[in-house]
Amino acid sequence: MSATSAVSDGANLDAELHAHGDTHGHGSMRSYMIGFGLSVVLTAIPFWLVMSDVLGNATWTSVIIIASAAAQILVHTICFLHVNTQAEGGWTLVAYVFTGVILLITIAGSLWIMYHLNTNMMPGMMTGQAADMP
Amino acid sequence: METMAQGEHVDPSTFYLVEQDDHGHGTGSPTVLGFWIYLMSDALIFAALFATFGVLSTSYAGGPTPREIFALPLVALNTAILLFSSITYGFAMLSMERGRVRATQGWLLLTGLLGASFVGVELYEFAELIAEGATPQRSGFLSGFFTLVGAHGLHVTAGIIWIGVMLVQLNQRGLHLENKRRLMCLSMFWHFLDVIWIGVFSFVYLLGMVR
Repeated sequence: MSATSAVSDGANLDAELHAHGDTHGHGSMRSYMIGFGLSVVLTAIPFWLVMSDVLGNATWTSVIIIASAAAQILVHTICFLHVNTQAEGGWTLVAYVFTGVILLITIAGSLWIMYHLNTNMMPGMMTGQAADMP
Repeated sequence: METMAQGEHVDPSTFYLVEQDDHGHGTGSPTVLGFWIYLMSDALIFAALFATFGVLSTSYAGGPTPREIFALPLVALNTAILLFSSITYGFAMLSMERGRVRATQGWLLLTGLLGASFVGVELYEFAELIAEGATPQRSGFLSGFFTLVGAHGLHVTAGIIWIGVMLVQLNQRGLHLENKRRLMCLSMFWHFLDVIWIGVFSFVYLLGMVR
């Protein structure tokens, strides 16, 4: 009986060590170096494009800036924050995706609404509408 | 009947054991997940600040525009500092995994110093802007800019203080389970701040210069 309890104690301790993230979620040297290398490239590209005005085209420069930012956020999430389907039984990933959706709705929604509000309430527009009134 | 009852009594206990084992593999300490949820709610604060800045980003009120006041070399320097501090924190975590207290402290100290130089460069930038008359009161654009970038800077400052606390903790108690868990949370916090900074340098500075 005591032997059994000793064994189960040992198993519990092992489970506890395991559970406290001793073997999970730190990543490896390889993942950190890959993340660092990709981040350097994805930071250098947009800074280079803007600082030496390579493209001479604001729209394409903006598109590449936004794409690089999105890619780099993804790289940081995977290589540095170690978000994956296994960590915390998948709950970190669920929370992350949920937050991403809310974040996009908040930012894109605010910009969209306020842009139209601004456009429709420009002083010129108002007088124009007033002039059209009978 | 008797055996049935006994069987019923045994079954739940095995069921619980199985579930416990499952938890041990998947979830672990609730602190890490709880801290993650905090970080996600912090991300929503930044979402509100980004949205505010986005809406106000062209409200110059006759004041300075991004092209006139942003110094991209400084921003590039700060971006490099923060990226390097991310990888040094990664090295601290790898040293922690191998149980090397001194190495962990060394990498943490380097991370803290890089963080301090980031905040130093940012404060220098703010001082320059204010000296030029580009104060938060000048226009909606500058209010949004100072609030967003300042909030990020305050977070980094909090992270530096936390690193200082962890250095003392490691000195006194070494790498026990609680300290490892704290370092894990601080790791998430620090890398999270770097993610926020990607948004700041891309959407505030670079897109501001292109606009």
